[in-house]
Amino acid sequence: MASVRAHRVLPGFGLSMGFTLTYLSLIVLIPLAAVFIRSTSLSLPAFWEVVTSPRVMASYRLSFGASLLAAAINVVFGFLLAWSLVRYRFPGRRIIDALVDLPFALPTAVAGIALTALYARNGWFGQYLENLGGNVAAALTDLHPGSAWLAPYLNPISIKVAYTPLGVLVALVFIGLPFVVRTVQPVLEDLDTELEEAAASLGARRWQTVRRVVIPTLLPALLTGFALAFARAVGEYGSVIFIAGNLPMVSEITPLIIITKLEQYDYVGATAVACVMLAASFALLLVINGLQGWTDRRSAKVR
Amino acid sequence: MGYRMATWRRLACAASVACCVLLAPAAAFADTTLLNVSYDVSRELYKDINPAFVAYWKAKTGETVTVNQSHGGSSKQALSVIAGLEADVVTMNQPTDIDILVEQGGLVSAEWRKRFPHDATPYTTTSVFMVRKGNPKGIKDWDDLTKPGLQVIVPNPKTSGNGRYAYLAAWGYALRKTKSEAAAREFVTKLFANVPVLDGGGRGATTTFTQRDVGDVLITFENEAIAIGGELGADKLDLVYPSLSIDASAPVAVVEKVADRRGTGMLATAYLEFLFSPQAQEIIARHHFRPRDERVLQKFAGRFPAIKMFNVERTLGSWAEMQKKHFADGGIYDQIVVNR
Repeated sequence: MASVRAHRVLPGFGLSMGFTLTYLSLIVLIPLAAVFIRSTSLSLPAFWEVVTSPRVMASYRLSFGASLLAAAINVVFGFLLAWSLVRYRFPGRRIIDALVDLPFALPTAVAGIALTALYARNGWFGQYLENLGGNVAAALTDLHPGSAWLAPYLNPISIKVAYTPLGVLVALVFIGLPFVVRTVQPVLEDLDTELEEAAASLGARRWQTVRRVVIPTLLPALLTGFALAFARAVGEYGSVIFIAGNLPMVSEITPLIIITKLEQYDYVGATAVACVMLAASFALLLVINGLQGWTDRRSAKVR
Repeated sequence: MGYRMATWRRLACAASVACCVLLAPAAAFADTTLLNVSYDVSRELYKDINPAFVAYWKAKTGETVTVNQSHGGSSKQALSVIAGLEADVVTMNQPTDIDILVEQGGLVSAEWRKRFPHDATPYTTTSVFMVRKGNPKGIKDWDDLTKPGLQVIVPNPKTSGNGRYAYLAAWGYALRKTKSEAAAREFVTKLFANVPVLDGGGRGATTTFTQRDVGDVLITFENEAIAIGGELGADKLDLVYPSLSIDASAPVAVVEKVADRRGTGMLATAYLEFLFSPQAQEIIARHHFRPRDERVLQKFAGRFPAIKMFNVERTLGSWAEMQKKHFADGGIYDQIVVNR
């Protein structure tokens, strides 16, 4: 212990570590432990039955599937957004920069209602999406009367967003966007364009520069953004509940299952499902963090 | 980056100050206070009733009282009371939400139904149909809702009292008509196969039906239906009364354990008794709930057409039984919606 202490240049390790542990315990660990302890009043078979019933399983598939997909979409488009905000100067850049944070600030219920209004059958987007094939066919026939034969094939194409699992995805993409932009942005700001210029002067093609210089540097930040967006999406309730339609086996998210259990005073069942969610989310976050550490080390080696 | 950190720090400061400011008034009340923990839809109602009670109490005893309100989903509210929210009285929309206070911690007397008239329910409402103007699908009664291809909007029975009453109303109707549980089950299965969206609560279902234009018919409480009719104008929607519906009376009780400790028992009882007075009954009727007072009901007869209603506890069985049989995990409702 003495030797450890001797090596520290910065004083105050004991105090800050003690503070970290106490704070983390009070704010995170103790409430979570309470969840686990509550669920232990179930016997193991009973616990298993609650957390693996078909309806609950369907909700895991939707919650985790849609959250991963939404985080992946946000990584791609969040990166593009961060790129344009950092690399280019254009009028209104500050305003766009501020707009990115709006999903943070908006009560999620408002987001849910607004999205539902847009994507419902009578909404601005919904009215076109729901008759997408018909609209495309009509436009094509206008352009080329000869293509009228396509209409019967196109007409049945219809995209329903509100009150379907697709709506869940839309809501989760909306709330997760700032996490990716805000984690990638500072790293991108620190990334010197000189590096890219150097790569170019050494004969790298554009795509090579992106692949070998830009992406490896940004990968840890992208992964963090992905993890944050995912974690936020898995726990999201307020916005999803309005757009999902909440049909059993189809569009029920796991947080809704927990709420319905609480509604019938089944506190133990609710905490059992919560435990599974916590464990799965924690495992996924660990994997993502591990991946991030690995890319960190790898890019350090490359440098 | 540095400036962003500073912004965050400033935000954190502002947040902590805001917290202190918000929490401060809690300590400022010195008068006698009463906390009424209630469900969501009664917010407007008690906003009108409380000042009337305060004035009545002042005139009667000279004492100034403050009635505080807490509103939310009724089961969540009951859970808060169990967890320690200091409610002197609870005013809910389903007896199960008061029974749970008897079971857990004995907060309310097991005899709470006998403490006030009409099984301690100062008003009632019922499940009715709201259809598009002119009733294009010709919906007259429960049977019409099971026709294939029709879209029925109903709040989620798993999360909303409104939804549970709608489900039980359909069940009770089918049971009375067919005299067979199997047939009743088939009836609700067909009805819920027509449901494209299950909103969390009554208001959400209303929004889906009226704003999103989804569905041919909305099943909801009469008070909600009259209120929407008033807001959207009679040119868009029509109200349809089925031949039989459910008595969705709203129960009230004194939370004796809390009231005893706070010494507010008398005041709490007087407050709930006041709900049955003609004055409060008129306020209740103006908020589209069916009053218990015969004379007030007569006065508002134009607003509340006569409808045959059945009482859950008297015709189907106790609420605890209903909860277990229909709405608990794996119950009939789960079976019919999971296998649809």
